Amino acid sequence: MSNPVLAQFMTEFLAGRLRLVDLTQTLAPEFPTIVLPPEFGQAWPFRIEEISRYDERGPAWYWNNFSMSEHTGTHFDAPVHWVSGKDLPDNTVDSIPVENFIAAACVIDVSAESAENPDFLLTIDYVKRWEEQHGRIPERAWVLLRTDWSKRVTPKEYLNMAEDGAHSPGPDAEVVPWLIRERNVHGFGTESVGTDAGQAHHLNPPYPCHYFMHGNNRYGLQCLTNLDQLPPQGALIFAAPLKIRNGSGSPLRVMAIVTNG
Amino acid sequence: MTDPLVKPKKKNPVERTRLPTRPPAPRSRAAQGLTRAAAEGVFEMQTCGDCGALQYPPREVCHQCLSERLVWKDADPRGTLIATTVLRHSNDLYFRERLPWKVGTVKMAAGPSVVAHVHEDCAEGGAVRLALKLDRSGQAVLHALPEKDTPNMNDAPQLRESTCDPKFRRVLVSDGKSAMGLAVARAMLDAGANAVFLGDPTSWKTVKAFDALVASDPRVQPVELDVTDTDSVDRLAASIGGKVEILVNTAAYLRDGGILGRKDVILARDAFEVNVLGMMRLAQAFGPGMGFRAADGSNNAVAWVNILSIHALAALPARGAWSASMAAALSAAQTLRAEFAGAGVRVMNVFPGPIDEEWEQLTPPPKLAPAAVAKAIVQGLQGGLEDVYVGDIAEELRTRLRENHKAVERELGQ
Ligand SMILES: [Zn+2]
Repeated sequence: MSNPVLAQFMTEFLAGRLRLVDLTQTLAPEFPTIVLPPEFGQAWPFRIEEISRYDERGPAWYWNNFSMSEHTGTHFDAPVHWVSGKDLPDNTVDSIPVENFIAAACVIDVSAESAENPDFLLTIDYVKRWEEQHGRIPERAWVLLRTDWSKRVTPKEYLNMAEDGAHSPGPDAEVVPWLIRERNVHGFGTESVGTDAGQAHHLNPPYPCHYFMHGNNRYGLQCLTNLDQLPPQGALIFAAPLKIRNGSGSPLRVMAIVTNG
Repeated sequence: MTDPLVKPKKKNPVERTRLPTRPPAPRSRAAQGLTRAAAEGVFEMQTCGDCGALQYPPREVCHQCLSERLVWKDADPRGTLIATTVLRHSNDLYFRERLPWKVGTVKMAAGPSVVAHVHEDCAEGGAVRLALKLDRSGQAVLHALPEKDTPNMNDAPQLRESTCDPKFRRVLVSDGKSAMGLAVARAMLDAGANAVFLGDPTSWKTVKAFDALVASDPRVQPVELDVTDTDSVDRLAASIGGKVEILVNTAAYLRDGGILGRKDVILARDAFEVNVLGMMRLAQAFGPGMGFRAADGSNNAVAWVNILSIHALAALPARGAWSASMAAALSAAQTLRAEFAGAGVRVMNVFPGPIDEEWEQLTPPPKLAPAAVAKAIVQGLQGGLEDVYVGDIAEELRTRLRENHKAVERELGQ
């Protein structure tokens, strides 16, 4: 028996009252990957080589080989990515229950603060003030931090490196466990190269978003774009990573469904 | 006195580009002893191990005593120019485009009389010094040079045919942000390069010395270039490929670590990605354009420079993955040399010992300053060399490899 909800969804969608927003950055070699100190292993950036393009290598077809790390471009972080999540059940991209690939989203707009202060940290107080305006964060919802970082076009502006490392916004060390404990969030998503702030190695614990989210079997999304097209509440996110055996994360196409107008 | 080279004018875009031609190439196997000497910039002659006679041209047996014990030895390059001729006609495609061409006979102090290309500053009856140089076919030829350096002597067109002088040429330095890349760029500017395209593989990273060099000289043009990214290499070649006359590949990836002690081949892949595949990407993108311009005026495309390591010849197991990439890079460079031979673009391989840079921090001295390697590169180009060994460690290893490569293998493995 067909479900009237799905039929209604398609009706609304075809009528243009529901809209899809692509939250994905284009995979291109020049898109920056996270930079660790050079003595550590590094994530491969996106690289692409043409196999053939209607030429002597393949007369009627065009295709490419590409390579990249699990954490290149717009990507999903599974709990196993961080040491705090290494022993949890269903913590790899291939074992995460598929239901978890659809969730509502709350979009917290800190773009003005981030423009003024690239080291802006999201706090509990800030989230509470946001809730007063936009309503309480529902259970199992993504919290997406809109910083407009995706509008920084050059790798230099995007990574924003100084002699003391990268400078980009993120959550502070208190708000992350609070979001998990008090709001039971699904995960945390950002526009910058990681879910944590550029200077998050100086927080306690270092990289609190990775540490707490993954330690509590929650997920991460980063290098998102078009968050400015989402409402504060009400968007639905479809984010399904590639099914890599024991994978710690994966590049993916992140789509949001929103009501139009 | 040689007229100083004038800065080449901008290319006339509606004139046909002169295509490369080559001087006659075939040589006997015995004559390849001269090639080896010329490639390394030394002056050696075939010498009889029995009677001590020097002979030229090289043969299979001694012309004096018919002994087969012929060895290559350092020889006295001095001589007297006893006769000269200026060629004004030639049926050879290469020479007829480069006439007049001065040749002569030199009576060597060491015995033989030889026919040589004669520098315009040499007078008949006067003292000269001979040099073995590679011509555009990559074969050794004798040049009679003034006994002492004369002003602008390297600018003489006939000599410039055998060299790859950076003067008034445009140079691409593939990674301009490394200590080596910066040193090479500075050395090229000092040598009179018309332009240095300074590759920037990490536009997100501020390197003060890079910015300072760009600001210091209008001849320096920063260009984005990451040799691991085919798109990036192709984009740059599409933009400046027709202007690169010397390419110095300074992109390098050096890390410690052997093979058994690791759990993955990522380090090895990263090393091959930069050191081997990076060179191939550059060659595929820039090589054809350079070959096409190999006879294009006084600032023709002349040289492709690979900065390798002496460990391309003998692995350093403590850096086993990197050593393997160096050996592979040398092999790829040999193929490039064969492929560039038709156009006459010289492939010059540089084999330094340890260099004083961040990834060699724990290597005990002596270490080469990047500026010393850069200087050797400029001198190698000015001399028209193919193989440049830089520093005592590289020289010593090379000598010992010839004597007993197994001994070197055992010692480097300790
Ligand atoms: Zn003899």
